[in-house]
Amino acid sequence: MTTQNPVLAPAAAPRPPRQPRPRKKGRSTPYLLIVPAIGILILALGYPLVWQFITSMQKFGLAQQFGQPPEFVWFDNYVTLFTDPYMWTVVARSLAFCLITAGVTMAIGTLMALLMDAVHSAVRITLQISMLLAWAMPVVAAMTVWNWLIDWRRGVLNSVLTGLGLDFQNHNWLATPLSFFFIAMVIVVWMSVPFVAFSIYAGLTQVSTEVLEAAQLDGAGLSQRLRFIIVPIIRPVLAIILLLQVIWDLRVFTQIRLLQDAGSIASETNLLGTYIYQLGVGSSDFAMASAVSIFVLVLTVALSWFYVRSMLKEDDS
Amino acid sequence: MTSTVDSTGAAARPTSARPGGAQPAPTMPPAQRPDARIGRHRIRPVRIVLGVVGIVVALIWAFPVYWMLNSALLPNVVLQSTTPTWLPFGGSFDNFVAVYSGGTFLPALGMSTAIAVITVVFCLFFAFLGALAISRFRFRGRKAFVLAVLLIQMLPAEGLFIAQYKLMGSLNLLNSIVGVSVIYIAAVVPFTIWMLRGFVAGVPADLEEAAMIDGLSRTQAFLRITFPLLAPGLVASGVYAFLQAWNEFTVALVLLQDNSSQTLPLWLRGFIQASASRATDWGQVMAASTLVAIPVIIFFLFVQGRMTSGLVSGAVKG
Repeated sequence: MTTQNPVLAPAAAPRPPRQPRPRKKGRSTPYLLIVPAIGILILALGYPLVWQFITSMQKFGLAQQFGQPPEFVWFDNYVTLFTDPYMWTVVARSLAFCLITAGVTMAIGTLMALLMDAVHSAVRITLQISMLLAWAMPVVAAMTVWNWLIDWRRGVLNSVLTGLGLDFQNHNWLATPLSFFFIAMVIVVWMSVPFVAFSIYAGLTQVSTEVLEAAQLDGAGLSQRLRFIIVPIIRPVLAIILLLQVIWDLRVFTQIRLLQDAGSIASETNLLGTYIYQLGVGSSDFAMASAVSIFVLVLTVALSWFYVRSMLKEDDS
Repeated sequence: MTSTVDSTGAAARPTSARPGGAQPAPTMPPAQRPDARIGRHRIRPVRIVLGVVGIVVALIWAFPVYWMLNSALLPNVVLQSTTPTWLPFGGSFDNFVAVYSGGTFLPALGMSTAIAVITVVFCLFFAFLGALAISRFRFRGRKAFVLAVLLIQMLPAEGLFIAQYKLMGSLNLLNSIVGVSVIYIAAVVPFTIWMLRGFVAGVPADLEEAAMIDGLSRTQAFLRITFPLLAPGLVASGVYAFLQAWNEFTVALVLLQDNSSQTLPLWLRGFIQASASRATDWGQVMAASTLVAIPVIIFFLFVQGRMTSGLVSGAVKG
């Protein structure tokens, strides 16, 4: 801290310790200040978390809903879960969807940021406005629009593709799992690219022009400048954004649920979030739903750890 | 560790720097900042091609939003046709009138507004106190609290909604404004604390102390000096909380299953579900979506910069 601002240090040193504040009274103040926040977090997150953990080790289905006391079965639910091939299908599907979507988002976002950096400012502002619009759209409103775009009867996507001479008359995009997930990916990418592009662009503006010009004078080509100057400087930003994308895409729920609503078979298109929903709300098997939830939470916390660590660094400074 | 407000620490902090972990970009004067620094010395045609690519990409990206507005303003007869109408030949507000007179829009609007307002008020109050604690005091357990705040904001709603459903069921708060609001406040408080922390740290404690030497009490000094300086931060955080509550879908879907207690996202979802079984009046759906989206887009433009920098500030700073 003091090394950051050495000019201030000598000035501060001779000053006697200041006494304007009632220190003794202040001891408990910070604790009083965080009580409301902690209270609501315990009520709305802490208690459910504990309940969920206990329930995941009980037998808790429809019968328990009607008053029968739950039976404690330790890790039986987890054993059932991880020996169930359907669970593994859902896990594999979620991971594949998450990694591919995050990867595509990062690639397009990076290209967008480079494009914004390379074009005339008028074009850049146009790009920024258009991406801000996509980013600002409430997710459910965006989903209705996309459902309309891909509507099999009169959607604009089918009519454009048919106009190009392809046979897409009355093509139902949500009928097969593969094209269902393709559409879901396109939508998630459309929504997530703006954040990625803006963040990377902000990182790019930190790369100094002088260094780039000096490298160019020394004969470094575009790819060399990218590899040896630009990428190393924006690497921390890239890492954090990639991590956030992976975490966010792993828990994708709204888009999948709303595409399922528009007419596709849920069991063929479930990801982890919608699977929990189906178990808990659909078939009232709270024990299994809790077990899957705990699995998702553990996965998320493990992934988040790096992110949290880098933010803690920010707090220390 | 245990000492309270560390005034020397606050003084050593460069006070001009980054309230709210503000924009990571160094502010170069516009004149010095060339538009294209990577491809600067290359021949013009490349730049023209890139410019064209940029415009095309911008049009594609904005197209869904354009299409929503366009369809909302077209009469349904035109939308029935299999050939799309590309340009806004519409200007018919029939769809909006139909949505409004459908009778379900206003209750949903009321529900969403009530939940969002409750969330904003309580969230700001709780988060402000929390931010004050972690940025002005060094206390035992502070580190654990910061860690908890950061971890909790990463927890997915999808990993907790079943238990929250049971909790609200046992409290008799399903289908109620209070039940959902409680969950939303808890979901938004951690990030809001983190966002406000930067703003509070940006106001030097010295200012407050100077006012106290001039005879104000600690509370007065805080209310008259510090609080006004924090207003922009509170507005940004408030808008963020509002957007979260206004847009939230997952928790609402689970906790508000009754048709009479739908929020706007759930109300919109009804249209998607209906589209699976029968021919949908897409003009009306798009008008409905427009009504939900417009306030969000306006508010969003306010907080966008702060949100980006709040999420990645650790990395940008390095």
